[in-house]
Formats: sequence, structure tokens, C-alpha cells
Amino acid sequence: MSLIRIQNLARRYVMGTETVHALRGVSVQIERGEYLAIMGPSGSGKSTLMNLLGCLDTPSEGSYELNGKDVARMSDNELADIRNREIGFVFQSFNLLARADALHNVELPLIYAGVPPKERRERARQTLVNVGLGDRMHHRPNELSGGQRQRVAIARALVNSPSIILADEPTGNLDSKTGVEILSLFEELSRRGNTIIVVTHEEEVALHARRVIRIRDGLIAADETNPHPRAVVASVSAP
Amino acid sequence: MNPRLMTPWRELVEMVRMAANAVKTNILRSSLTILGVFVGVFSIIAVMTGIRVLQQNLEDAMNGLGANTFAFQRFSGISFDAADWEKYRRRKPFRIVDLSQLERRVTLAQAVSASANFGSGEASSRYAQTSPNIPGNGMTPEGFTTQNLTLGEGRGFSAADDDSGRLVCVLGFDLAAKLFPRGSPLSESVKFQGISYKVVGVLVQRGALFGQSRDNFIAIPLGTARRLYGENLSVQLQVQAPNRDTYAEMVEQARGVMRTMRQVPPGDDDDFEIVSNESAVSQFRSLTSAIRLGVAAISSIALIAAGIGIRNIMLVSVTERTREIGIRRAIGARKRSVMLQFIAEAVLLSEVGGALGVVGGILFGNLISFVVKAPPVIPWDWVGIGLAICSAVGILFGTYPAWKAAHLDPIDSLRYE
Repeated sequence: MSLIRIQNLARRYVMGTETVHALRGVSVQIERGEYLAIMGPSGSGKSTLMNLLGCLDTPSEGSYELNGKDVARMSDNELADIRNREIGFVFQSFNLLARADALHNVELPLIYAGVPPKERRERARQTLVNVGLGDRMHHRPNELSGGQRQRVAIARALVNSPSIILADEPTGNLDSKTGVEILSLFEELSRRGNTIIVVTHEEEVALHARRVIRIRDGLIAADETNPHPRAVVASVSAP
Repeated sequence: MNPRLMTPWRELVEMVRMAANAVKTNILRSSLTILGVFVGVFSIIAVMTGIRVLQQNLEDAMNGLGANTFAFQRFSGISFDAADWEKYRRRKPFRIVDLSQLERRVTLAQAVSASANFGSGEASSRYAQTSPNIPGNGMTPEGFTTQNLTLGEGRGFSAADDDSGRLVCVLGFDLAAKLFPRGSPLSESVKFQGISYKVVGVLVQRGALFGQSRDNFIAIPLGTARRLYGENLSVQLQVQAPNRDTYAEMVEQARGVMRTMRQVPPGDDDDFEIVSNESAVSQFRSLTSAIRLGVAAISSIALIAAGIGIRNIMLVSVTERTREIGIRRAIGARKRSVMLQFIAEAVLLSEVGGALGVVGGILFGNLISFVVKAPPVIPWDWVGIGLAICSAVGILFGTYPAWKAAHLDPIDSLRYE
């Protein structure tokens, strides 16, 4: 069974008297453990697709099955629960709570999942250690570098063991060296069996994925596998 | 897939914890919001505490009459109405002759007494002298029981003192202490309004009422006062029943006798007041209920204003934290959780203000207990009411901002700058 099965997914927005067709019927299957990039220029519908994949939005038409469950017709509460358990978001602008330290930021999804305080603190701590921030737990976002912030965000995405990591331009706000570090973290996560979907408009980023879906004008323009995904190690060691 | 573990109780606890963090991190803004609630609650609690202190003081001190005793008076105990005052002033005073009539005709009474104030003056002994503000009272021998005056030293007046108008006196505790700082005043002589009296007794201390000493007076036999100041002294009459059971019946009998004596036509209101310890206390209560009502009205307005303040601050806060709300929704917060968090924040702001208002109000209200020299009180019922009102204000005015927060679109909120 596929992890994600999307059929004829369409999303229309009504803006005043005009109807905008952001997505015009997209069908995709994504398997567990894939490392996938969704590419497209701005206005192509990739953000809309990402919002739908992330259960932040519901489609106007079509079906979306996640883990065999039809999420297209779910209620607001059910979607919130799905986001909590099945999806880990990583955003371009990190989206951490500025007033909370790294540990509390990572704990947050577990609070909404109802995990008792002691257990969730331990899990958050462990996840931060796993992304290499064991010594930064009590730093607030403004005391961390961009790369470190993104690591906190990734830890937050991982902490509730979701089915998908959904990253929206995860390196967009980082310098290229730090960006590479984040990509290497994704590779590492992918090797460990996580399903990763990266939405980007940078070829550089997409080259690391094993499958690239290109969106144009609300439709899938190409769905290609990348037989030789670029290894981060090579680009780091290059002069 | 693990089931959602969030129970409503845990959700509430977590959201309150989050709200507490938000209040703490926004300390300046929080404190400004808190100020409004503080003022509202402070004013209620301060006034209620003050009234409670006075009432307690009054109840403790309302022992001016003996057990099962009432007094006939021209004036009601407490009145602020000028028209009433005029009415009382026009009433025929009670005279000493009324006493013997009462004695004869109120058959249910155990004791009847009369007392008369014959004016204030300066009292002096060979050791000290006072300011000329010591009230002088003429009393019949029964007056000590009916007016609940207990002798600490010496004796009261005898029938012989009264009948023959002897120049003897009994001193209030404070006056005795002032005039005779060392040693017993018994058998010493005291000069009052130019006349020398022999001290036969000293009363025990009665304490202050509303900050005024009730132990600073001199008493002489009523017969002596009549002899010195004339038969036309205006008196107050006290009537005592032998026990509780006959009291009500005796009051009615005495009222009837008094109406006949004063020739009140049937159907007219009494042209005198019947005052007892209890009636004075209940009169004070009804007087303060007006004050209470006024304060409640003012405080409600203050609290509504404070509530609107909380609502506005919360609306600003929601707008400012749009992104935070988006993040929370994205990582799995239900609408209800967000709503709870913001309502909890409003209630918390309101409660902190309320708690400070309670503490401040109790402290301020008890300042009056220093003035009237009474023990301080804590009005627990009003503490409860005050804090309950705060919660209501928080919920009432926090719901709309919280609802707005919960219904923000997560996608738009995440992009909000």
C-alpha cells in the first residue's frame, strides 16, 4: 500500500468574481521511505500541493489517501490530529516560537498529542541530540544560528515520529554551506527510513532527492527518478 | 498510529501553562491590563472590608443596654435624613415624671431606669484635670443593670443616694485613670462643673465605638442631677424584662403605656423610638446596604471597562501572535486548544489583577480598624465573590479574541509577517 495516494486532486480559490485554478487535477503515488522533491516556479501550484499534502487545506476535488485513510473529507479536528501525528513540517523561515527555548519548541507537538510532561521532555531531548543540538537545548531561537534554528525545526518535525517530513524551501533562508548541512541531515534521515518531501525551486536542492516531480500551471509536468542523487559529502569536500 | 492521549483535563492544564508563559513574557503589557481589574476589585474589597470592620466593632460594642432591655428615645440611632432629624427634634422630650408612671404601669418590667445628660464640662481631681468635654450623666440606681455598666471598684448608687440627692459619683474607666493616675480613686473627691463629688465607684473598661472612647464620663445619681439642674432635664428611659420570653410582650405593654402617657391618637405612628442593642446593629446594616449597592455599581462599571481593556489587549495579542497561532495549528493544535489557551490567558490576566485587588483591598480596608481600634477582618465571602467575578470577566471578554485566534486560517497565519 502506498503511503500517499492522490487522485485527480484539484484546488480552486474564489477571489472576488474570479476563480483561480491553483491545482487542476494531480495524481501521484508516494511510497514509504521515498526522498522526493517537488519543483516548480512560483505560481505553479506547488505551494497549494504542499498545503494539501500537509493537511493544512482540503481539496476542491479529487481524493487524497494517507496511510490508507481518506483525509480529503476530514473534519478540522481530525486534520489537526493528522498533522500532529503523521506530518512534520519544516519551513523556510523556521517558524519556531521566539519566546520558547529549543527544548520547548521541540516539545510542542507532543503537548498537543497529550504526552505526559516527563516523557515528552525526554523525547524532545533525545531528538535534539539526534540532530546535533544536545548542547543547545535551552537556547532561544534568537541565540541560535540559522542552521541551528532549522535543526530545531527538524527536530520538532521528527519528534512525534510522523509518516512524512514535509519541507518547504528548507534551505531558502540559509547560506549555501549551512544549506548543505541541512541537506545532509535530510539524507541521513532518509537513510534511516523517513519519508521526505522537499518543496523547492532550486535545482541544487532537488538534485539530492531520488525522485523529482515538476509542477507547472497546476499540473504535473514531469515525474522523474534521479538515478544518481548528488551526495552531500562530495559537494562539501569540493573546493 | 498512536491514539490521541489528550484528555480534556490535561488539555486545560497545558493551555493554562502556556497562557501563564505568555503573561509572564509580556510583563509590561500584562501589568497595564491587570491595572483595570485591580482597581475594580480593590474598590469592592476595600469598602466591604471597611464596612465589615465597622460592623464588627459595632456588634462588639453594642452593649450599651443590658440583657432584654430597650430604651425610649426621641432620636433614632442613625439617620442622615434632614427631614427625619427635624421630626425627631420636634418630639416632646421624656421627663423625669414619666419614670414613675412607667414603673407603676409596665407591670411586666423587672427594672425601669432613667438617665439624663446634664451637659459636658471639665472634671478635676487634686492630681489632674481634663478638657471641658466630659459628659455628665444622671442615673437612677437601676441604671447600672439596664445600661450594662459593670463596676470594677466600689459601688453603684443606692436608693438613698438618689432620694436625698447626695454628692457622690461613679467614674468611667478612662476618666478615673486620667484623674487618678496612681492609687484608688475611691473616697477621693472630684470636681465637676464647679461641684465636688465623692467617688464611690469606678466602672470596668467598655472600649471604643467607631474610635470614640465610651469610658470617659462621670455619673451622678439622677436625684442629685434633679436637685442641681432642675426637674426639666430631658431623660432617656430604659425598661428591662426579667427574661427573653417576656421581652416581646413587655415591649408591647410599655409601648401602649407610653402612647397613653404621650397621648398619641390611635392609628398614629409612635412619637418615640424603641431602641435595643439589636435594633442599632440592624439599623447600621440597612444603612451600609446602600453604600454596598453604590460600590457594587461603581465596581461593576470599573470591571466592565477593565474587561473591554482585556478584550482589546487580547485582540492586539492575537494579531501580533498570528504566526505563533499558525505554527501551533500546523503542528496539530485543534481549534479548541488555541481557544482554550487564549481564554486561559484572559482569565489569568483578570485573576492576577483580582488577586492583587483582593490583597490591596483588604489591607486598605483594614486601615479603618486602626482608626477605630478594632481587630482587622478578612471578608472571605467577598474574596470569593471578587475572584469569581474576575473569572467571569476574563471568560466573557476573552472569548471573542480567543474565538478569533482559533478560527484564523493556518496557511495564512503561517505566512503572516
